[in-house]
Amino acid sequence: MKLLVPVKRVIDYNVKPRVKADGTGVDLANVKMSMNPFDEIAVEEAIRLKEKGVATEIVAVSVGPAKAQETLRTALAMGADRAILVQTDDTVEPLAVAKILAKIAQEEQPGMVILGKQAIDDDSNQTGQMLAALLGWGQGTFASKVEVDGEAVSVTREVDGGLETLRLKLPAIVTTDLRLNEPRYASLPNIMKAKSKPLAQKTPADYGVDTAPRVETLSVREPSKREAGIKVQSVDELIDRLRTAGVVG
Amino acid sequence: MIALVLVEHEGGQLKDATLSAVTAAAKLGEVHLLVAGEGVGAVAEAAAKISGVARVHVADGAAYGHQLAENVAPVAVDLVRDHCDYFVAASTTTGKNVAPRVAALLDVMQISDVIGVEGPDTFVRPIYAGNAIATVKSSDAKKVLTVRTTAFDKADHKVGNGVIEPFAGGGDAGLSSFVGAEIAASERPELTSAKIIVSGGRALGSSEQFHQYIDPLADKLGAAVGASRAAVDAGYAPNDYQVGQTGKIVAPEVYVAVGISGAIQHLAGMKDSKLIVAINKDEEAPIFQVADIGLVGDLFKILPELTEKL
Repeated sequence: MKLLVPVKRVIDYNVKPRVKADGTGVDLANVKMSMNPFDEIAVEEAIRLKEKGVATEIVAVSVGPAKAQETLRTALAMGADRAILVQTDDTVEPLAVAKILAKIAQEEQPGMVILGKQAIDDDSNQTGQMLAALLGWGQGTFASKVEVDGEAVSVTREVDGGLETLRLKLPAIVTTDLRLNEPRYASLPNIMKAKSKPLAQKTPADYGVDTAPRVETLSVREPSKREAGIKVQSVDELIDRLRTAGVVG
Repeated sequence: MIALVLVEHEGGQLKDATLSAVTAAAKLGEVHLLVAGEGVGAVAEAAAKISGVARVHVADGAAYGHQLAENVAPVAVDLVRDHCDYFVAASTTTGKNVAPRVAALLDVMQISDVIGVEGPDTFVRPIYAGNAIATVKSSDAKKVLTVRTTAFDKADHKVGNGVIEPFAGGGDAGLSSFVGAEIAASERPELTSAKIIVSGGRALGSSEQFHQYIDPLADKLGAAVGASRAAVDAGYAPNDYQVGQTGKIVAPEVYVAVGISGAIQHLAGMKDSKLIVAINKDEEAPIFQVADIGLVGDLFKILPELTEKL
């Protein structure tokens, strides 16, 4: 089966975001950008399914600016076969991304779409579920294990109480949680090879999707700071402090 | 204005997350509830007693037994399309699974993880793992929200007088089925609603030591047990212990961080705790920058002494 793997270009995981002084957003000028970590896990899972012989082709997709090409090249270097960039400089909300992905899924007819459960910039955790709704497919969100068997996929999900396993009819949507796998690093030869893999350029208009935002950001501010407290020197002193605070009797 | 809240329940009991979601919803309008499940008569009765609830819509049937999003979302969509202005779910794994599916079916952009309601269409939410706080305004006619439970008090659940009404949903969509679950049974309080949490990090060194050192202290304090992502990734603690940006967001009265360095992703999950106690051998650990009380030293000596003397 074919697998579709959407990836997003976001601020690098190790960079501390800074709120712009004018309160309009987070400063992304000259900041290191990378593939969203949950999407890396999605790409890795797709590659493993191909290595197992379950999947035959992996198509990486990104909706974003021209520079999202770099993110797609990373996916290609990891092992995706080809890529589609839906280029736009506008902010595209999860609902509009899901609509574009739904159109692509209808064209490409994948057996599964594997997405990161959330992007670490807007922390929305929506796109996969929305895509599943738009396509009328089942959804295995927050996956820590994915096993394809015939016409169905078993997905073990990380839920608040522990783990839960669902069986979904294919085609289906899977969103990845942290412990699904550990993504590989692309080797230098594969990075070179990725440069010649096909990358199609599209726009939201090619898919007839209106990306006008439904949500307006009025302001963005720093969170309130927490002041460091005191250091105690011994367990006895710690217990005294806890008593004073009324934590222990 | 009417706000429909998704009720979460397990084993015939309401979950506390729902009580916080109701408090958020009450700021938006009259509160209606959706109870979906199998044999949920008792849950519906309990839900009707939540303060301020006007109606409880009950979809009872095998198809709703495990709150499968594919079967529950269409029920919520039917109710919201005809009767409601808002759909509100807690930012739990259940709420996060169902709500976006409802939003897409209604052609609405969801507002995730709301921590403040500023007006009928204006909400406050954290972005970038809580490193920035955004105030956003929705232009959708109907609005779908998930709410961070630690940001809203729990509604009283003994005083309400809601009207219970059965609702015939579409049943099984035939897309998904429940296979099984490994839900940890614990005598300890639930992590997201505990008053005290003792959390362990990678410094615990092994699963055995994690339980050997953390559990007795937690039991002494009547606390829930949490863990950092590093400890969970290393296999010292199960996934449902994880506190942080991508795990559980907690805000207990007291949070005791043991052998946790304080990565930004961890701080995002616990920095709203009222009192933070940190025990770490590295005095430069970032956890001390948010801790109210810090103790630098070897946790393997400190924890047994602390547990014994409490």
